[in-house]
Amino acid sequence: MSILINKDTRIVTQGITGNTGEFHTKQCLGYAYGKDCFVAGVTPGKGGQEVLGVPVLNTVAEAKAQHGVNASVIYVPPRFAAAAINEAVDAELDLVICITEGIPVADMIKTRDRMRKMNSKTVLVGPNCPGVITPDEVKIGIMPGYIHKKGNIGVVSRSGTLTYEAVHQLTELGLGQSTCVGIGGDPVNGVKHKDVMQMFNDDPETEGVVMCGEIGGTDEEDCAAWIKDNMNKPVAAFIAGVTAPPGKRMGHAGAIISGGQGTAQSKIDALEEAGVHVTLNPSEMGSTLKAALG
Amino acid sequence: MNVHEYQGKEILRKYGVATPRGVACFSVDEAVAAAEQLGGSVWVVKAQIHAGGRGKGGGVKVATSMEQVREYADAILGMQLVTHQTGPEGKEVKRLYIEEGADIADELYIGALVDRETQQVVLMCSSEGGMDIETVAEETPEKILKIFVDPDTGLDRAEAENVCQQIGIPSEAVAEGADFLAGLYEAFVKSDASLAEINPLVITGDNRVIALDAKFNIDSNALFRQPEIVEYRDLDEEDANEIEASQWGLSYISLDGNIGCLVNGAGLAMATMDIIKLYGGEPANFLDVGGGADKEQVTEAFKIMLGNDNVQGILVNIFGGIMRCDTIAEGIVAAAQEVGLNVPLVVRLEGTNVQQGRKILDDSDVKLQTATTMADAAAKITAAVSA
Repeated sequence: MSILINKDTRIVTQGITGNTGEFHTKQCLGYAYGKDCFVAGVTPGKGGQEVLGVPVLNTVAEAKAQHGVNASVIYVPPRFAAAAINEAVDAELDLVICITEGIPVADMIKTRDRMRKMNSKTVLVGPNCPGVITPDEVKIGIMPGYIHKKGNIGVVSRSGTLTYEAVHQLTELGLGQSTCVGIGGDPVNGVKHKDVMQMFNDDPETEGVVMCGEIGGTDEEDCAAWIKDNMNKPVAAFIAGVTAPPGKRMGHAGAIISGGQGTAQSKIDALEEAGVHVTLNPSEMGSTLKAALG
Repeated sequence: MNVHEYQGKEILRKYGVATPRGVACFSVDEAVAAAEQLGGSVWVVKAQIHAGGRGKGGGVKVATSMEQVREYADAILGMQLVTHQTGPEGKEVKRLYIEEGADIADELYIGALVDRETQQVVLMCSSEGGMDIETVAEETPEKILKIFVDPDTGLDRAEAENVCQQIGIPSEAVAEGADFLAGLYEAFVKSDASLAEINPLVITGDNRVIALDAKFNIDSNALFRQPEIVEYRDLDEEDANEIEASQWGLSYISLDGNIGCLVNGAGLAMATMDIIKLYGGEPANFLDVGGGADKEQVTEAFKIMLGNDNVQGILVNIFGGIMRCDTIAEGIVAAAQEVGLNVPLVVRLEGTNVQQGRKILDDSDVKLQTATTMADAAAKITAAVSA
């Protein structure tokens, strides 16, 4: 098993006719069961076209009705991205993965509020994330597929390339991955570390988890509290930004220490308190988990 | 993006929030003229820099005569103002704000920001005005009242009035206080702010509620729809290297150390800074070249890092995904040749086309060391710099 996605997931690419959407859809089609999984694209006003052999429709609802999609991946430009999420939520998809970076925070506040008030069952991953991959089954996003290996370790991260680093270390050590989830670097987003951790805990095939956090917010602290009370699998963690100065946004919109909150040390302390195997060395994320597995 | 106090007050006034009257000035003569234009008998001469703690650093003075306005304006303009937020070198004051004096009966605190946990805008309200809100949060958290705002329905009037009462706004001024909160919330939302802090908010002797200070941060992601706020940008307040980098699509932040680092991806860039420190070095910068850097961008990144006199070595850490290692290797070789590299360079490549990338580096006559893992890279660069 895996979490969130597998070879039976049926996916629509929102923004498939744009350069980014087309480029990454092509990579995803070429990975494992991608050709079975990516069944539709959406670009308003371009319905009826075909991109990479994938039919393009005007709306997500049409894609669901005609092609049975249950998940979407979004590459539309920042100013239209929140509306694209809303459209996928309205179509009652199970999962929406938003890759787009640079969405105004105010737009995400409205979109998240809307989802809560609708009691939406849709799981949102991102925005500003690399996506989700279940190795040897399906890749939804921009990560390099070949570094992954099928296996039993879950990976959850707020970052892109740091996640690839963690995955690469695991694969080199012979530890394959059940699913890798990039939750994104924005301050207002969908699933949090805690939510993904819970999914990994419930997944019988996941035997341990690597978590990459970073400065900003209290997501890692919340996850630590949940782990302390509930997690029955080993977790290794690395928190980026021990050397980051306060008040400066470190690339990601959400990576900022403000008002004394969101420091790496606070997250490290909370995770250690919860029994997580925290390493201060980003070269040892994989080996730390391996040691914890015993 | 940060804006000055006087610009923040312009935003506030646009949404009906009361502030003292004031004029922004760039010279001593302008300051005196502004005071004359404002009239009255008390004026405040305020340094305009993008940092808090200006009063304590000597950047805010109350004048009771035109001579004093001139004296203070002359002293503050051009001074190197040091506050707890500027670092020990301080910031040169290039703008002043001349404001009419206020009759202060009480000082309170109001701040608006995005609460990441509830994913709503929260108004933090406290009776403890004029103090650092972080100190209040730590020492007397019960003195901070929070109003979470529903983005659909906006600020709840009854709740706003109730909180105004609780933080000590006199009953005669509670309605005006609630108006103030409503105006501040509207200003926050309409200007796509990520922080709007009024510290202090003052109650005047005649029970008026006004913003004596204003600190606004604007969400950079929303600047495309805030043309008026983009006009507020003051390049004098930004690091020259950071401006240069942003023009090349690079995300760069200056730090105090001596090892420059060039990385793709923000999380990996922070992790690279951290591992330099872990191996006994000090990072000189954060630099994320993004997902698709080309030769020109890498060359520019090298120029910016080498423009920092403190840099004694450079660590390149690239995890190739969409970005191929051979492309980045070509960029490194070209950049090193163009800029005339004169400090030790350690390059760690991993990911897509890594073998081709390493071969390009090995075959070049650029003096560099290659590394396999991040730990290997950090060990090599710290050894090279301390040698």
